[in-house]
Amino acid sequence: MLEGIMAGVLTALSLQNLLMVVAGCLLGTFIGMLPGLGPMSIIAIMIPVAIKIGDPSAALILLAGVYYGAIFGGSTSSILINAPGVAGTVATSFDGYPMARQGKAGKALTIAAIASFCGGTVGAILLMGFAPALSSVALLFHSAEYFALMVVGLSAIAAFAGTGKVIKALMMTVVGLIMATVGESALFNAPRFTMGLLDLQTGFSFITLAMALFALPEALYLVLDPKRGATKDSGAIKNLRITKDEAKAMAPVVGRQSIQGFLIGVMPGAGATIASFLGYAVERNIAKGADQDAFGKGSVKGLAAPETANNAACTGSFVPLLTLGIPGSGTTAILLGALIALNVQPGPRLMIDNPSIFWAVIISMYIGNVVLLILNLPLIPYIAKLLTIPRNYLIPFILFFTMIGAYIGQNNATELLILVGLGVFATVLRFADYPLAPLLIGFILGGMLENNFARAVNLTDGISFMVERPMTLALLVIGATLIFLPAYRRRRARALQKGVAQGD
Amino acid sequence: MALDKWIAAFFMVGCLVYSYAAFTYRLLPFERNLPFLPNTLPIALGVIGVILSFLILISPKPKPDADGVVLGSIDFAKFKEYKLGQALALIAAMTLYALALRPVGFVGATVLFLVGTGWILGERKLHIMIPAALLGAGLVWYLVQVALGIYLRPLPAFLT
Repeated sequence: MLEGIMAGVLTALSLQNLLMVVAGCLLGTFIGMLPGLGPMSIIAIMIPVAIKIGDPSAALILLAGVYYGAIFGGSTSSILINAPGVAGTVATSFDGYPMARQGKAGKALTIAAIASFCGGTVGAILLMGFAPALSSVALLFHSAEYFALMVVGLSAIAAFAGTGKVIKALMMTVVGLIMATVGESALFNAPRFTMGLLDLQTGFSFITLAMALFALPEALYLVLDPKRGATKDSGAIKNLRITKDEAKAMAPVVGRQSIQGFLIGVMPGAGATIASFLGYAVERNIAKGADQDAFGKGSVKGLAAPETANNAACTGSFVPLLTLGIPGSGTTAILLGALIALNVQPGPRLMIDNPSIFWAVIISMYIGNVVLLILNLPLIPYIAKLLTIPRNYLIPFILFFTMIGAYIGQNNATELLILVGLGVFATVLRFADYPLAPLLIGFILGGMLENNFARAVNLTDGISFMVERPMTLALLVIGATLIFLPAYRRRRARALQKGVAQGD
Repeated sequence: MALDKWIAAFFMVGCLVYSYAAFTYRLLPFERNLPFLPNTLPIALGVIGVILSFLILISPKPKPDADGVVLGSIDFAKFKEYKLGQALALIAAMTLYALALRPVGFVGATVLFLVGTGWILGERKLHIMIPAALLGAGLVWYLVQVALGIYLRPLPAFLT
């Protein structure tokens, strides 16, 4: 193994490959900022370039750089303008955007960069050590466990169920789940609830919904209430550094989430999105008192948790790809295609047949993370400066980017009309104090939830699997705890305030 | 009736229609004997949705949070102070943009959209706005069409 690592280090540190990492990271960061172009599409676009390079390790190194860059670029747009372009960065905007509104955009970006770096690096180290062992564990996960995992992911909605909003948050989750059922039916993909419209047959697109729910209402509020934007213009670039206290608050979160995120990423099909929601939910439950209340209002922990988890999960998703040849996510599926085009067959034999490629990829992930941090930290003041653009220019461009993000995904102008309609509806919902994040969480997880549940029920001919499979049962119990614990705690805190004696 | 109750009522109607659509969903012949049908979850969701919207309808008005105004919350009482006209004009501009994107072409429609929305917001320095819009539209078109290879018709329909 050590021999392999050394060979990998040598390959990854050659001048050509270092240039590849730098180019990939830069390209990924800048394209990834455009909502609508996530890592998956950027990698798909880069494949012809990668194949032209010919050398599989160089090509893979380039793609890994693009991958990491794109993830970071995606989090910048969700932090700065509340426009999460990728499902994995939705949780980032929960706390990142409020931070930016408090004039701490630079700090939020720094935290995101550092958290991503830690998540990616720890992920790469874990990948190095445990890839072969973990691949066998990943195969133990069946549809029943996946279903339970999605339920745990759904528990992230609890974070948005503030005082008197529990029923509203649940309602929004149900609406999200309902919207996820539009399109094609579970398992057999017959058209379902499309009202005969061909445009709806692929379902609502994630990017349209994300832009309509998050970015558009925000931009409309900036118009409605000009004072809202006032905090932004001043001090956007100050406060770049994180203080010692913040670092102290972040450290345990980053530690926990890089391991948890990695493990979730290893499961084929789970991936960065669930890892980020789960990371957010878990950290919110662990946090106590004022710390917990700060979640959703610009908490350092709330930003660090999903950022760490999604990067660690991205790294984790390479485990099934490299060791089993199973692509665990859309992005790794495209990478699998690229590998095969480059005449490399990922699978159990890869480590034996092509050790230099296997290790070069892993080492380049590490280097990619370092390069990303070095490149981006100096860039952050300039990226944060975007917010100081006068609002007469900023708002038209935000509207334009949200619309073009939805348009290029589908190349369909109807999508834009859906976007505007849903955006207006979402704005009204926010006026009425309905939390919007649960809707998006329900929508993202809904499809996977139904498919896995359907598969599990059909395989076991009933819902007995929920109690018969210990891992499923355990996950479901964790999910239920995460959903109901916050409400219980709140109630108890209120009872204590009123002077009601504790039970025992 | 407060706005959130109206929305709850709207959700209830929506969930009832959805439940009806789910109940009458036509199954494929081979799906009928499965334990989990394509409309199992929709029926459950529809019923849960009706119950939840009913609960919102009958629940009393929530007391405001102890810590006062939450950041990012919108004060509905101040609604009249808001610049509603501008917002509505922007929504109209976005709808027009969606309809015009194909026939007018990407570059033209985008420049018009950017300058128009800037004008609505009160920007009168056209000598800055138009070049900025041209630059923005051109850059995105170049990135998407040339670099990424996703087709965006740049010119009006009758020219291409």
